[in-house]
Amino acid sequence: MQPSALIPDFSFLEKVEAAGPFHAGQCFQCRKCTNGCPASFAMDLYPDQVIRLTLLGQKEEVLRSRTIWVCASCETCSTRCPNGIRIAELMDHLKELAVEEGVWIAQPNILALHQSFLDNVRKNGRVFEGRFLLTYLWRSGQLMEKMKDGSWRNEANLAWGLFQKKRLSLFPRSIRGKKEVRAMIRPIKKTGA
Amino acid sequence: MKVTYYPGCTLEGTDRDYADSIRGVCTALAIDLEELPDWNCCGATAAHSVDHQASIALAGRNLKLAARVPNADMVVPCPLCFNRLKAAVVALQEEASLKKETRPDAPLPTIWDLANFLATEAILKKIEAGLRKPLEGLQVVCYYGCQASRPPKVTGAGDWENPQSLDRIVKTLGGRPIPWPLKTDCCGASLMISRPDMGYRMVGLLYEMAQRVGAQALVISCPMCKDNLDMYQEKIEAEWARPLGLPVFYFTELIGLACGLRGVKDWLSRHFKDPRPLLRELGLLAE
Repeated sequence: MQPSALIPDFSFLEKVEAAGPFHAGQCFQCRKCTNGCPASFAMDLYPDQVIRLTLLGQKEEVLRSRTIWVCASCETCSTRCPNGIRIAELMDHLKELAVEEGVWIAQPNILALHQSFLDNVRKNGRVFEGRFLLTYLWRSGQLMEKMKDGSWRNEANLAWGLFQKKRLSLFPRSIRGKKEVRAMIRPIKKTGA
Repeated sequence: MKVTYYPGCTLEGTDRDYADSIRGVCTALAIDLEELPDWNCCGATAAHSVDHQASIALAGRNLKLAARVPNADMVVPCPLCFNRLKAAVVALQEEASLKKETRPDAPLPTIWDLANFLATEAILKKIEAGLRKPLEGLQVVCYYGCQASRPPKVTGAGDWENPQSLDRIVKTLGGRPIPWPLKTDCCGASLMISRPDMGYRMVGLLYEMAQRVGAQALVISCPMCKDNLDMYQEKIEAEWARPLGLPVFYFTELIGLACGLRGVKDWLSRHFKDPRPLLRELGLLAE
């Protein structure tokens, strides 16, 4: 953050709040969100900084941050915020906005996991874990890597373990309302990574 | 007693052992689980992360189906599914822009997190009456994770910083739930797959604290927490070059064990970190 170069743009907050409301304008920077955050160790901006930068309209900086993606949605921040700001929900909205606007994504694997999951639900209405994980490995580019370095064996061992414990589904389960479900989920758009 | 049952996808897959123990326990308690017809995925973390509308619509379809079943209660074993269904209830009340089709056409049943449901006074009494082999000597920490508690405006939890349902159940079963400070800290959830380094660190904190307070095992209700704490424990032990040896129990397995239910040996055989040596050592499981 370079305060000297910062030009506030208050229209961003308005736009964000219209999709909420998240009540981000209520923030008085007590940092309770950041202090209780279990994922803060992996963040480039602390949750309170995301709020502050959102208030100041620093859209690029928040949308390109690692923070919005490594947020684990544990809801500790939203629960403890003395001003009732829906911080975790705001993080979600910023993720959605980042995808929509096609900005550079700081944690493409995390996005790939969400997209692979939704792809999977679009197919059958319920998740079929085997295909979901394979789609994820493929989409995130890890499948080839794992084939090359042999680490695919870790995944195979896990699957074998699950199979032995009668905990591996071999076939997807479909529901009657799967068309209905398909219409509910936005098809995945290719993002400029 | 008949209740609607929303199992959620993972109970048809990786966590089928949980589903089996739930069936076993509910049958013994004369709770008749009526599976919600044609239910769909709740949307989970993926939907609310990148497709808000889908997250409400997916959960909303389940609510609509649930309103058509005449039971007064619906139990949900997976706290994440529970959270998403409850979040949709709130959204349907608050978001005026939502389409009419998404709204249920009849009153909704009360939506329960399964652990909270089984920890109600009346059911605890039933469990107590069915005790065969109290879990004497078993010292555990109850780990609740996030989604059954937070945010309380969605979950309706009154004790979100220090939930008690699992502790009450373990106490009723004759075990000792040790108080500890990380009851509702996050296990890392799906980051275990997309950022395993983060996941390992987050469950690592839980293991360390559980050991520090003298727990022999963890008791949980959330399938995702269970998988994160159980499936990767061996790998984490290897990485840390020291044994952890912390079995992870579904609370329903412990009810089954203490009440001598059929099937319990099968449920206990499907863990990654085998809990049977500990139980044998404590004389809670026959050879």
